[in-house]
Amino acid sequence: MKSSEKVLIKGNYAIAQAAVNAGCQCYFGYPITPQTEIGEYLSGKMQELGRGYVCAESELAAINMVMGAVSTGVKAMTSSSSCAVALMQEALSYAASDELPVVLVNVMRTGPGLGYIYPAQGDYNQAVVGGGNGDYKIIVLAPSNVQECIDYTYRAFYLAQKYRNPVILLADGLLGQMMEPASFGEYPYPEVDTSSWALSGANGREARAIYSCAREEKKQIQHIQDLYKKFQVIAQNETSYEEFMTDDADIIITAFGSMTRNIKAAMNVLREKGIKAGCFRPITLSPFPTERINKLASEGKDFIVVEMNMGQMFKDVKYAINGKAKCDLVNRPCGEWLSVEEIVSSVEKILEKNYAASV
Amino acid sequence: MQQVFSIPKSFKEDFHFTFCPGCDHGIAMRLVAEVLDELGIVENTISSTAIGCSVFIYDFLNVDCVEAPHGRALASATGVKRAQPDKVVFTYSGDGDFASIGLAESMHTALRGEKITSFMLNNTTYGMTGGQLGPTTTIGQKTTTSPMGRNKEYYGYPIKMAEHIALCDGTAFSARVALDSVPHINEAKKAIKKAFQVQLDGLGFGFVEILSSCPTNWKMTPEEAHERIRGEMSETFPLGVYKDITK
Repeated sequence: MKSSEKVLIKGNYAIAQAAVNAGCQCYFGYPITPQTEIGEYLSGKMQELGRGYVCAESELAAINMVMGAVSTGVKAMTSSSSCAVALMQEALSYAASDELPVVLVNVMRTGPGLGYIYPAQGDYNQAVVGGGNGDYKIIVLAPSNVQECIDYTYRAFYLAQKYRNPVILLADGLLGQMMEPASFGEYPYPEVDTSSWALSGANGREARAIYSCAREEKKQIQHIQDLYKKFQVIAQNETSYEEFMTDDADIIITAFGSMTRNIKAAMNVLREKGIKAGCFRPITLSPFPTERINKLASEGKDFIVVEMNMGQMFKDVKYAINGKAKCDLVNRPCGEWLSVEEIVSSVEKILEKNYAASV
Repeated sequence: MQQVFSIPKSFKEDFHFTFCPGCDHGIAMRLVAEVLDELGIVENTISSTAIGCSVFIYDFLNVDCVEAPHGRALASATGVKRAQPDKVVFTYSGDGDFASIGLAESMHTALRGEKITSFMLNNTTYGMTGGQLGPTTTIGQKTTTSPMGRNKEYYGYPIKMAEHIALCDGTAFSARVALDSVPHINEAKKAIKKAFQVQLDGLGFGFVEILSSCPTNWKMTPEEAHERIRGEMSETFPLGVYKDITK
């Protein structure tokens, strides 16, 4: 499946095959719905290709296996879902501090706690803010269709090694379980040279140690500042988003991941009704396109955030707007995706509320 | 003049010794370094480090090291080995890391028969944090969290890792040794070498539990601490080879 030919494929299988194409040498995982197909698919594939695969004893073990593998300069990943990704937060903090290029796929389900297997977007905070200790940042990519599950899996492996930073591909149960036509193409990024830092045995050079424990205060301060500066470079180079008809828009509907699909359709319906709606969709949730949203707000465009949680990205959009425009939330915590009709009627109600005086 | 004693090549030249007086970590790390020298494998070796006093192995050995969070050294080592099957991979943990917080990782690494070598220093306490009750604290032992002594009705029993690891089908070698005397140190070195050799021969998981002293937290002199290893500790944790599939 390496050609440009379109195939009808489920999101989870698309992510798994994209990892194979990207040159992922090792997969370590533990089953959890709705992402289990990724591990099932790769178990056979990795063995066939002579690569590494371990049915780990826990998610704790799985992500630490990834950390061990990537410390030797190869590409490796794990995948999981919401409540089990919670178990990996400690490792993500270590991986960010150790600058290990870990790739983690989170096919979100409902929370908090065990929740259930309904699609949801409740892990925005877990991914973007993070649940680990200390000052660290993860690169977070949010696909909205099966094609992007492939494209962003490729990008995740590349960015992880390019910046030596963990990357989360934040999909959800809807994307993981749906089938769509998509093409794999070839892995489009150059191979990153890891030989200057990867562990290979101290042969003809000093021994290398990858660790986060700087016992001298000055070194610890320097390390945290260096990580922060690195992420500023990442934000400069890699922040990405998509816009639709924002030029003449009065109101911009914003969403991430699979919720993007319905806001585009809602925008078209609203336009037919004479409402100048546009769409904005962050592709990198971290780094977040704060500057672009701020610019749009400065132009007098109001925002409506649509998401399947209690308003997690909403806070980042409000922060980006910084009081320059109105910002409202249309949401549902989990389950049945917000339909185009529901979004349209919610937007109309908000417009009525916000602009009643001027109409 | 003949030089009769030198630092192993696998040991760093410019190390700053940070362990407490009388601590056996120095002996254990030196034995690992001597074995790496003798097997000629140091340039091909990667270690996943644990948390606790043992973490500082990267300050002492000329070995590539990657840090793992507390208890996850063997998972990390599994990742290293699966990514680089031709490298020699080992872990060096304390009993808290290996037998308490990392017990699942330790047992499953042995059960999978990973071609990895693991050393667990058993000093019956959490050394770095100041001597609390750990998974190996012996019955009656006083620690800062068992001030009246480990009472089995209240605290349960110490874990015997060499025996447990020996029961795993993926284990090729499992032994318990001690660092209290020269003859025991010589035996310990043989076991450490064997635990590497089973990895080099692709036979399975190699494990050595090393009874070692923590005079600071035991509130003993180094000599009294070694006396304790010979007495009460060896009664709870009998020395010996518990599994050797080459025999």
